[in-house]
Amino acid sequence: MLSCHIKNVRNGYPFLIEVVKVSEHEADFDPDFLKHIFPRINWPAFLQGAQSLGCREGLPEEASESMLEDEGFLKRFHHALLEVFLEEGSLVCPETGRKFPVTKGIPNMLLNEDEC
Amino acid sequence: MGKGERPEHMAPPDIFYNEDEARKYTTNSRMIAIQSTLTERALELLALPQDGQPRLLLDLGCGSGLSGEALSEAGQMWVGLDISAAMLDVANEREVEGDLVLGDLGHGLPLRPGSFDGAISISAVQWLCNADRTGHDPRKRMKRFFETLYMSLRRGARAVLQIYPENPKQAEMLVAAAMKVGFSGGLVVDYPHSTRAKKYFLVLMVGTSIAVPTAKGLDGSEPEDEEEAAAAGGAEHVQVAGRDRNKRRRTGSGKGDGKGRDWVLRKKEQMRKKGYEIAPDSKYTARKRKRIV
Repeated sequence: MLSCHIKNVRNGYPFLIEVVKVSEHEADFDPDFLKHIFPRINWPAFLQGAQSLGCREGLPEEASESMLEDEGFLKRFHHALLEVFLEEGSLVCPETGRKFPVTKGIPNMLLNEDEC
Repeated sequence: MGKGERPEHMAPPDIFYNEDEARKYTTNSRMIAIQSTLTERALELLALPQDGQPRLLLDLGCGSGLSGEALSEAGQMWVGLDISAAMLDVANEREVEGDLVLGDLGHGLPLRPGSFDGAISISAVQWLCNADRTGHDPRKRMKRFFETLYMSLRRGARAVLQIYPENPKQAEMLVAAAMKVGFSGGLVVDYPHSTRAKKYFLVLMVGTSIAVPTAKGLDGSEPEDEEEAAAAGGAEHVQVAGRDRNKRRRTGSGKGDGKGRDWVLRKKEQMRKKGYEIAPDSKYTARKRKRIV
């Protein structure tokens, strides 16, 4: 669920990830999509997420548009973004410490009535 | 679901869409056909640039991922949000390609601002008009939903929300709520002259103001091919007038005329006081007449 957790934000970003189980699935490699999505990714947050899912290897500290021409980088980026999923665990809001449990790859973002 | 009964009246969405209801969405081919035609039409209204690049879309109320499958077929990436865990489980089993999130639209969308190229929603947003729990205020929930939707979309992106409004007022309320947070656009009604095929699409745009796309079947034509017609004749469409009539009939026949002996005696007394000549009360007073065959 890596591509998703990057997007999930509520009073504070990025989510910290508590990992119980991680799974990997093959996904079609599509350089066009990666180039398209890249500008919208907050790289430090992405790295942090990748770190906690244990797939940070080979991802550089900083990334720029020009690196998108590099096939090797694209492959690694693709793997971390689309092929590694958080199966069980939770997303933790860095500001309030609120935990959103993740089961079967689906984060539960339901709030209590007093939280919205 | 019987004819003329709205699921919104039966239970809150997280409870109504239980395992049984979710199962229907995988086995019932009619439901699948309806969902995918609606999604295709929504995609058409979304008018994404045709450059073959996959876009990141949002599917609100994705359910078991039927609409998402149509998106995948069109070569788009998507993230689905739904309130029903059972439906999402089914989506997981079907191994849909999009990412799934369990959440309530009325709580706002837990998404990063400006990250999506578009949003679609098939038959989901009308649920916002309901107050299922104490403390639910439909207006507030709508406002919160549209605000966060507006934020999560990029400039120039569109959101196409297919809805089943219960009455014109509901549709107006939804449009007004969307306009208030800054969306431009409006309601597109396909086949407005047909009761069964009529479909409402709320087409919302961020930042740009292009004319609202034209609806299908404005000239009074019906959906042409059979499949579309079958899809359009969804039982989900409501005829409120019919339902009310049934209700009246039911209550009417339940308790007879509803005026008992006491009422007759009281009336007779009243009339006597007014000076009319009234038959004396007896054990036969207010009895039913024998049926003469």
